Amino acid sequence: MRLSPRWQFPFRARWATLLILAAVIGTIPWFFPSGFYFRVAALVWVTALAAVGLQVLMGQAGQVSLGHAGFVGIGAYAMALGPKYLGLDVLLCLPLGAIVAAAVAFVVGRPILRLKGHYLAVATLGFGMLVTMVLVSEVGITGGPDGIRVPRAELFGWRIRGGETFYWIAGVALLVGVWIALNLQDSPSGRALAALHDSEVAARTVGIDVAAHKLRAFVIAAVYGAVAGGLLALMNGFVTPDAAGFLASIEYVTMVVIGGLASVPGAVVGAALLVLLPQTLTFLHEYEQAVLGVLIMLFMIFLRAGIVPGLAALLRRKAA
Amino acid sequence: MGLGRMLRRGALTLGALAAFGFAFSALRATPALAQQGQPIRIGAVLSVTGPASFLGDPEDKTLRLYVNRINQAGGINGRPIQLIVYDDGGDANRARTFATRLVEDDRVVAMVGGTTTGTTMAMRPVFEDARIPFISLAGGIEIIDPVSPFTFKTPHTDRMACEKIFADIRARGLSRVALISGTDGFGQSMRAQCQRVAQAAGITIVADEQYGPRDSDMTPQLTRIRNTQGVEAVVNPGFGQGPAIVTRGYAQLGIRLPLYQSHGVASAQFIELATAAAAEGVRLPAAALLVAEQLPQNDPQRQVLIDYKTAFEREFNQPVSTFGGHAYDGLMILADAIRRANSTDGTRLRDAIRATRGFVGTGGVVNMSATDHMGLDLSAFRMVEIRGGRFVLIGN
Repeated sequence: MRLSPRWQFPFRARWATLLILAAVIGTIPWFFPSGFYFRVAALVWVTALAAVGLQVLMGQAGQVSLGHAGFVGIGAYAMALGPKYLGLDVLLCLPLGAIVAAAVAFVVGRPILRLKGHYLAVATLGFGMLVTMVLVSEVGITGGPDGIRVPRAELFGWRIRGGETFYWIAGVALLVGVWIALNLQDSPSGRALAALHDSEVAARTVGIDVAAHKLRAFVIAAVYGAVAGGLLALMNGFVTPDAAGFLASIEYVTMVVIGGLASVPGAVVGAALLVLLPQTLTFLHEYEQAVLGVLIMLFMIFLRAGIVPGLAALLRRKAA
Repeated sequence: MGLGRMLRRGALTLGALAAFGFAFSALRATPALAQQGQPIRIGAVLSVTGPASFLGDPEDKTLRLYVNRINQAGGINGRPIQLIVYDDGGDANRARTFATRLVEDDRVVAMVGGTTTGTTMAMRPVFEDARIPFISLAGGIEIIDPVSPFTFKTPHTDRMACEKIFADIRARGLSRVALISGTDGFGQSMRAQCQRVAQAAGITIVADEQYGPRDSDMTPQLTRIRNTQGVEAVVNPGFGQGPAIVTRGYAQLGIRLPLYQSHGVASAQFIELATAAAAEGVRLPAAALLVAEQLPQNDPQRQVLIDYKTAFEREFNQPVSTFGGHAYDGLMILADAIRRANSTDGTRLRDAIRATRGFVGTGGVVNMSATDHMGLDLSAFRMVEIRGGRFVLIGN
């Protein structure tokens, strides 16, 4: 049995996905009983953005990364360090963080991406830990383990704040991110990634520059992570090294895998699940973590290909 | 259809239903009305699990225990307290989300919590924006310095620990100090504070070594300190197992200089880890709770400490820690303020907390003001020495 059946995305399905996502983002605020729900939903969109980036790398190019949160951390800390040391406007630091993350990914990716499978996993793990270590130990610059403040953003004299504002910002950012990821999947580059995912040797024989394509996917994932990190920092007004931590990296991988490695909307569903479950399971108190673990295991056992492809296959089977 | 497949599909449907059930159970609105007899909602976001659970767990237990006790005694001004606790697992981002939930959804009137400095700093803007009092249980001095209008804290700061240690070193007629610090949040924060207050305390720092929180051998750093000319005393800012390993290595290398640990290791577990022989003669500043029974009869804190200790140990059958004591102080200061303000309005409550004078808590005698949102002075720390595997109070 194939663990990751590729889910081909015809043109119409792509727009349908975007439309459904836009509809969800546009309508659910009607059902929010309080401002807290804007915060949680905004968190879902931002986390999903980071997860979609990882999906490009893991699902489309088939390269595992256990250090994705490292790029999220770079994006997040850019928002705090840019204004503090370079005197830049905090909004300018959002693209700046993305550029820095892309540059780091470009430099780190070259040697790392020559590795495969477990070796690549360990190398990316090392990268993530390195970022955390720098953030934790450079106390004088980063504020160390206690974190650092991020200034509030201002746009033409209007202070960007409040859960509702960030909900819309994050929602639009996610829509754009998903749109790009879906287009990429259906482009010549996306097909090249799919080819090297299946067999690097075969991809090389048909003339695909495997190394360049892998590196491109790695850089794209880093940019998604950094933008998500930047938005997260802006939302929270504060960052700690947890944002770049090993656990965060593992969570992103879980989101992508549980939602469906081969599916862009799967990453969104996975992110939604992992952000919402801890909020809804609070009534269980100390059993919360255990139940969360069991639920994730159940999802993996019964929907092996991930939630979105798994349910789609189930529906198709029922229709047939 | 095979039985296996039917079962699988059944489980799938059940799983999906359960997931939706969970999702919708969170979607109930909870209107809170501040009326006579209606419960007073107090929130707490604590790191009950995760790397800071040794702080968060006793805080959680203490809050639940004392909220029950207050309610059994008739509540505050005739209204019971409803305590809402969320576990952030030590993650600042999650803490921030729960803080928003407490303010927007649960509509609490005040918050006692914030286990670490990181989670506290991430949550502070939520309460400041909502103008709801926030009493933090974390150590970092940046929480209250500079003062933010609605944020308070109960634990001593690491700056006070440094000052207490340096005063004791000066009292011994010494002044040249070597630092060996952990690279964890606690160690780094205290190291920075010690460096900052050294000069004013008449101390010269002549060596500054560091170790990782998971290092299992600090002999190289200690050897360098031993080889540094003119060191007269060694101070170890850090918590967890690091200071125990430093203490063991210190004894193994036969260094004879006075060794000072921080308030972060003020527990019996530290002596166990470091071994009583190696820890002999080590001094540290500690909250009075550690030596409650040794306090003189006329000490104002004595009765409060013994009561808290007895109540906690009887209920949970485990030794008290000063961290739970911080939660006790926070809850009691808040309860006292609600009683005096006879209101749950954020600003009035804040003013009442600020007006706290002579409150005797486990951490010390608290005198708040508009410029001091902690209200403790150096007398809150007691200098103790480890003798024969026990903490012994030495002259204040």
